Amino acid sequence: MTLIDLKTKKDYLSDTVKKMKPSGIRRFFDLASQMDNVISLGVGEPDFVTPWHVIEASFHSLEKGYTAYTANAGLLALREEISGYLENNFNVKYDPEEEVIVTVGASQAIDIALRAIINPGDEVIVVEPCFVSYAPSVELAGGVPVSVHTKSEDHFKLKPEQLERAITSKTKAVIFCNPNNPTGTALTEQELAAVAEIIEKHDLILLSDEIYAELTFDHKPVSLTSLSSMQERTILISGFSKAFAMTGWRLGYVAGPKDIIKGMLKIHQYTIMCAPTMAQYGALEALQNGRENVRHMVQSYRQRRHFIVDSLNEIGLDCYLPGGAFYAFPSIKSTGLTSEEFAEKLLLAEGVAVVPGNVFGESGEGHVRCSYATSIEQLQEAVTRMDRFMKSL
Amino acid sequence: MESKELEILQILEKNSRLDIETIAKMTQLKEEEVKKIINKLEEDKVILGYSTLIDWHKVSDNHGVTAMIDVKVTPLRGVGFDKVAERIYKFPEVKAVYLMSGTYDLSVSIEEKTMAEVAEFVSEKLSALDSVVSTTTHFILKKYKHDGVVIDGEQEDKRIVVSP
Ligand SMILES: Cc1ncc(COP(=O)(O)O)c(C=O)c1O
Repeated sequence: MTLIDLKTKKDYLSDTVKKMKPSGIRRFFDLASQMDNVISLGVGEPDFVTPWHVIEASFHSLEKGYTAYTANAGLLALREEISGYLENNFNVKYDPEEEVIVTVGASQAIDIALRAIINPGDEVIVVEPCFVSYAPSVELAGGVPVSVHTKSEDHFKLKPEQLERAITSKTKAVIFCNPNNPTGTALTEQELAAVAEIIEKHDLILLSDEIYAELTFDHKPVSLTSLSSMQERTILISGFSKAFAMTGWRLGYVAGPKDIIKGMLKIHQYTIMCAPTMAQYGALEALQNGRENVRHMVQSYRQRRHFIVDSLNEIGLDCYLPGGAFYAFPSIKSTGLTSEEFAEKLLLAEGVAVVPGNVFGESGEGHVRCSYATSIEQLQEAVTRMDRFMKSL
Repeated sequence: MESKELEILQILEKNSRLDIETIAKMTQLKEEEVKKIINKLEEDKVILGYSTLIDWHKVSDNHGVTAMIDVKVTPLRGVGFDKVAERIYKFPEVKAVYLMSGTYDLSVSIEEKTMAEVAEFVSEKLSALDSVVSTTTHFILKKYKHDGVVIDGEQEDKRIVVSP
């Protein structure tokens, strides 16, 4: 065995990885997990356990011995079901044979989409505040993330002129999530159409993260992919984690133009082979028989959304009504604290965990993310504690 | 039924102790409107009561059992099963009476009584009714789930405290 020369050890990591910032969420996780009696509004996943019929279907697939790999792109039956689901609910049509890949969560879909389209130095516009993985994934793929900062006073709605200003000759793609994490912001069809126009005008690719699409509360969910002729330039990313309460199953999917999907499939087959088989059978059941459960969950989120937003406003935290997902994103500017100070003090004083807005991009500063995917009784207690905290400042 | 009424019923069915203010926020109605709807549901006897789900087995000096009794009856002329059912449900120890399809007619349940008390009820009161043809008594050995609640079900949140 050769011994490693300690002096060179620091060079083991790639420059890209060395340059990557650690996730800001990590620190809060460490702090909160050391405390007892914490009410967490910091959780980015549903509080529902996966509906039993889905779990049962997955058990059954194991019992029947479906324990081998599936086709690289996933079970054809599942891709057909996904294709039908997208057509029925979002008015977009995909060929299950050549335009859909079942992935290990939307996370992997984002990764292979970026790796499939980016050449070194290509710029990818990331609309912030946003899900934490976008910018690092762009960097890992050799691209350069360029932030667009949506504004608090616009309730974090992306304005077409903001997007246009960020576009350069190097811009290759835009990543956009609607409804959005952490802001809960959901654009109307008209607002989306204005965004689509800019993307088409500049001939860009769109990575459309539609994982929260079902959780749209004030109007029928609209897919940006379905507007104008966006579908030919859009990589639609979604999954089962949020609407179907299946985060731990690690199952998502991507749909897009044939040539892009073909490119992504190359990466997928060499790096993942296929998504977990038993999870694919669960997802198949979720799509075939899960509508009623999704409807119930959406209703329950809607009720809790109203409760948390009204209550936050009452205790002096200015909060717009978010149109989707399960996050409220109140402003904490009135307290004079930074997002991190607010979150840390609140956690230490009252045992309520929220996520500082700046971890989702600098435009999230001055806000905190409160996930309302927790029981109404817990939300009541959280609000009581936050009220006490606000009065103590 | 109007959707708001339905929504309030579904909320109350899960937790009847939620305060009016919370329900008003959840449903985006005024507190006055919520009160009015609930009052009306009570008056119309859609809401029949607010009870507490108790796990009596956790109460140490309680040695009661729950019995479910299948009862076959000859319906009375003119009034059918209803009159027989009434004569049974009037006994205060009877917790529930249902008319059933299938091999017997009425399902009668008695909760948290001693074996002797159940035996006495069946032989002295139930079987003594003219229209009761036969009875079969089952005792519940263990409750796993009651009224939609898993008894001793783990309530623990299995999610990590903070995630993106
Ligand atoms: C906006 C957004 N996209 C993607 C993901 C990743 O989802 P998945 O569990 O499917 O990998 C999340 C998870 O929090 C998210 O919030």
